[in-house]
Amino acid sequence: MTLDLPAETPTGRVVPGTPGAVLEVRGLTVSFPSESGTVTAVRGVSFALSPGEVLGIVGESGSGKSVSSLAVMGLLPSTARISGSIRFQGKELLGLGDREFSELRGEGMSMVFQDPLSALTPVYTVGDQIAEAVRIHRDVGKDEAKRKAVELLELVGIPNAKERSRAFPHEFSGGMRQRVMIAMAIANDPDVIIADEPTTALDVTVQAQILEVLGTAQEATGAAIVMITHDLGVIAGFADRVMVMYAGRPVETGTVDDIFYRPRMPYTLGLLGSLPRLDRAERQPLTPVDGNPPSLVDLPPGCPFAPRCPMRLSVCLELEPDLDPVRSGDTPGPGLHPGHRAACHRHREIEEQGLTATDVFPAQLAGEPPVARRPRESRTAVLDVEGLVRRFPLTRGAVFRRTVGTVHAVDGITFDIREGETLALVGESGCGKTTTINEILTLARPQEGRVAVLGRETTGLDRGGRREIRRDLSVVFQDPMASLDPRLPVADILAEGLKTYGVPREKRAARVRELLRLVGLGPEHASRYPAEFSGGQRQRICIARALALEPKLVVLDEPVSALDVSIRAGVINLLEQLREKLSLSYLFVAHDLSVVRHIANRVAVMYLGRIVEIGDVNKVFETPAHPYTQALLSAIPLPDPRKERERRRVVLEGDLPSPADPPSGCRFRTRCPLFATLAPDKAQRCIDEEPAVASQGPDHGAACHYAEVKTVL
Amino acid sequence: MEVLREAEVLDPDHETGEIISRGRLVWRRFLRRKSAVAGGVILIALFVVAFAGPHLTRWQYLDQDLSNALQGPSGNHWFGTTQIGQDVFARTMRGLQKSLVIGLLTAFFSTGTAAVVGASAGYFGGWVDRVLMWIVDLLLVLPSFLIIAILSPQFRGKTWLLFVVLLAAFSWMITARIVRGLTLSLREREFIQAARFMGVPSRTIIFRHLLPNMSSFLIIDATLNVGGAILAESGLSFFGFGVQPPDVSLGTLIADGTPSFLTYPWLFLFAGGLLIVAVLAVNVMGDGLRDALDPNSSAVKARTRTK
Ligand code: SF4
Ligand code: SF4
Repeated sequence: MTLDLPAETPTGRVVPGTPGAVLEVRGLTVSFPSESGTVTAVRGVSFALSPGEVLGIVGESGSGKSVSSLAVMGLLPSTARISGSIRFQGKELLGLGDREFSELRGEGMSMVFQDPLSALTPVYTVGDQIAEAVRIHRDVGKDEAKRKAVELLELVGIPNAKERSRAFPHEFSGGMRQRVMIAMAIANDPDVIIADEPTTALDVTVQAQILEVLGTAQEATGAAIVMITHDLGVIAGFADRVMVMYAGRPVETGTVDDIFYRPRMPYTLGLLGSLPRLDRAERQPLTPVDGNPPSLVDLPPGCPFAPRCPMRLSVCLELEPDLDPVRSGDTPGPGLHPGHRAACHRHREIEEQGLTATDVFPAQLAGEPPVARRPRESRTAVLDVEGLVRRFPLTRGAVFRRTVGTVHAVDGITFDIREGETLALVGESGCGKTTTINEILTLARPQEGRVAVLGRETTGLDRGGRREIRRDLSVVFQDPMASLDPRLPVADILAEGLKTYGVPREKRAARVRELLRLVGLGPEHASRYPAEFSGGQRQRICIARALALEPKLVVLDEPVSALDVSIRAGVINLLEQLREKLSLSYLFVAHDLSVVRHIANRVAVMYLGRIVEIGDVNKVFETPAHPYTQALLSAIPLPDPRKERERRRVVLEGDLPSPADPPSGCRFRTRCPLFATLAPDKAQRCIDEEPAVASQGPDHGAACHYAEVKTVL
Repeated sequence: MEVLREAEVLDPDHETGEIISRGRLVWRRFLRRKSAVAGGVILIALFVVAFAGPHLTRWQYLDQDLSNALQGPSGNHWFGTTQIGQDVFARTMRGLQKSLVIGLLTAFFSTGTAAVVGASAGYFGGWVDRVLMWIVDLLLVLPSFLIIAILSPQFRGKTWLLFVVLLAAFSWMITARIVRGLTLSLREREFIQAARFMGVPSRTIIFRHLLPNMSSFLIIDATLNVGGAILAESGLSFFGFGVQPPDVSLGTLIADGTPSFLTYPWLFLFAGGLLIVAVLAVNVMGDGLRDALDPNSSAVKARTRTK
């Protein structure tokens, strides 16, 4: 599996390595000993990086993408066995001692991690840490290094860099910390920056900022970037070339356009087909990739994707396909660019017949439940929230607690859900969406406003009344591992609700079987513990549990965001089918707007405890009227390189203000791009007067004094 | 038979899809641990021997065979005799009865109280928590030994089972505090919330979700308590509380026998040996139970994972 053979020089002498490559990895294999056997996490990765190039490595958890990058950085634990070759600027890194390795690495490679907090030392100020990094690589004095540190902080967009350089890491928000990380990464003027899921932990608007900063950093240093992520959208807009990894191997490589418009390996096809699209009005069927990635212990022979591949032939089970050029006669580019390659026995067929994801993978599109065919107004409301307020006292002191302020987590929100429809509640962390659903789920009397579930107000409910409502209201949480009792077999988990409501034993067993079948699992799964299931299966169990008592309204709290991309589509499809079949209504809480567009009928966008825009999903997405919605939508990367290149982002400044001290008037004004352009007299209104949700047309409202439709997709 | 059953658990028939509840699943997993089953069997055997043994010999534990004082084990006196000609076998069996019952009951009540009080305090919070923790702290500062000493004469002549209650009453507090801490962190987990939002009553949440999730800790605590209670009893007996002569327990037998253990080892060897066997059996069984309850335990998982 060689990507590019050693190039021959005019003199006929074979030189090892590819000339011009800053970083070259060949036949990299990494294995770890583990209890159950040797885990081969990386099985032959080869790539070459030319100066200033951005290589995106995409893969799901366990695909080996992070392990490869850690190997390149020499950051693997000493138990790891590494073979192959890693050359940095022509010098072989493997086999070097720790010292030499870190010297070579320090000269020109740096890394940006997913979690910047663990990569920064908590007891030193960020300025000192960056200055330290500068001094290690450059012979400058302390003051000079400090000055340079401030410069770097300015470069990555930290306001008041001089003052902020004296702050400690924990005093920064997640996005700001990631900026500091980037500043540190470019302190040694690197040739290669390895960014491992740099934006995964961040909100979308912050992600957009960070990607921009990474771009700036690249311009400033001319470094090549290896961007490791599971988010195909991020790759589409950022990378020049893409390598898709599966089960420790690259299965397809090529330019972004090759990968996104002409994928030739079924896994890549499935991955792209499983992404809901933010920019398409008519709902597309999603192609779920059934099954799970293989265990990397004792991998069976043949194509690792074979168990999940609908195009599998018998040869696939015996022979692992090489990473071959997709088009015959497609000679590798000048040394560095191996062209478009795919590791699949049938890539020719895919190429010739131009197969797409929907041709290869079975995909169905669920319809609407029968009730939803009636006009919205004539359907009954399953959930009615009016002016809901939730404040938390902010206390200080351990012995004498005193209230030092109030957090306005939810500040007067109004929405309703009618039978058979899905309302999505979206917003970034801290916007109050979690508090909102907690208020609904606890069925307690709200501090202010009213909540009515299935026509019954929660104020004045007694124990019995709450119990009755609980039968019809259920919830699916984000993290399927944390929401299943690890000590309870699946049968007991599913039967719990039935037991609570006095369903007799024989009926329970039958219902458990039925539920398992409903969510695509088998009755043979009933006597296993949650730990024996994969993430997607666990989420199916959670869904089955939520459906046990035949509820009318299901609250879905980020149900797919903890799942791998290829698994996600299956769960989304399941949720949609169930809604059609059982006439459910969903309250869907999410931060992923693409999923929302796919699954929801209506959407409510929240910012700092208030709803800023609400209405029919197509109207809100196509003609967003609130500046925040516009920014949110434009921040989301699309898995479409051409569109990404043409798009202009509305990048928001700064971070979310503290909910303990929200800005007067319009809460969004501190970051509002429209506000910044307003004439002073008009702007005054934003400062003084809090905008209410005003109609922007049928089933569409926005809370902005100067709402103005702007298409951003 | 065993093999068949295992196959059932791991690969139930697809068509029938036998639904197995936690109780039965745990029981089967427990049975698969040979050592644990052995521990259980030994424990049962000890009980049988302790209660049936005295009927096998013609000596009662108080009978004196003055012609045979201080003799080693023989056909007549299986475990030998004491200084005043009492049959050591009969006495040891009598002591074993007492000690087994005291050890197991005390452990059960002590750990049980700790679990219920700690979990309730942690789960309900608020005034329930404050009241319960106040009681815990109060009992912790009271000198338990002194109180038992003061109360013991009152109970003299009444059933010695009261002694179990006393011992248990003073040994659960620290465990209860730990259980409360564990509960506080478990309480916020989503599976507890899921149960709550489903309308599951608090009592059920505590017994079905909270306590099983700290079962490892509780089982360890209980097994330690068994040995602890048996020894504590002998300590108290030594000072004249607890099991009083002429009645005996393993603890008093050991205490009486130790001074002469080099010269007349049979006086205490059998009692000591049985104590060790009993405590070991309880420990091994506890280990097995822990693994059976813990789905992540390697012993059981290795087998289920092979599929
Ligand atoms: S080699 Fe075979 S199994 Fe693997 S992706 Fe291609 S068609 Fe599917
Ligand atoms: S009300 Fe003013 S500050 Fe608020 S979103 Fe509209 S323009 Fe921006």
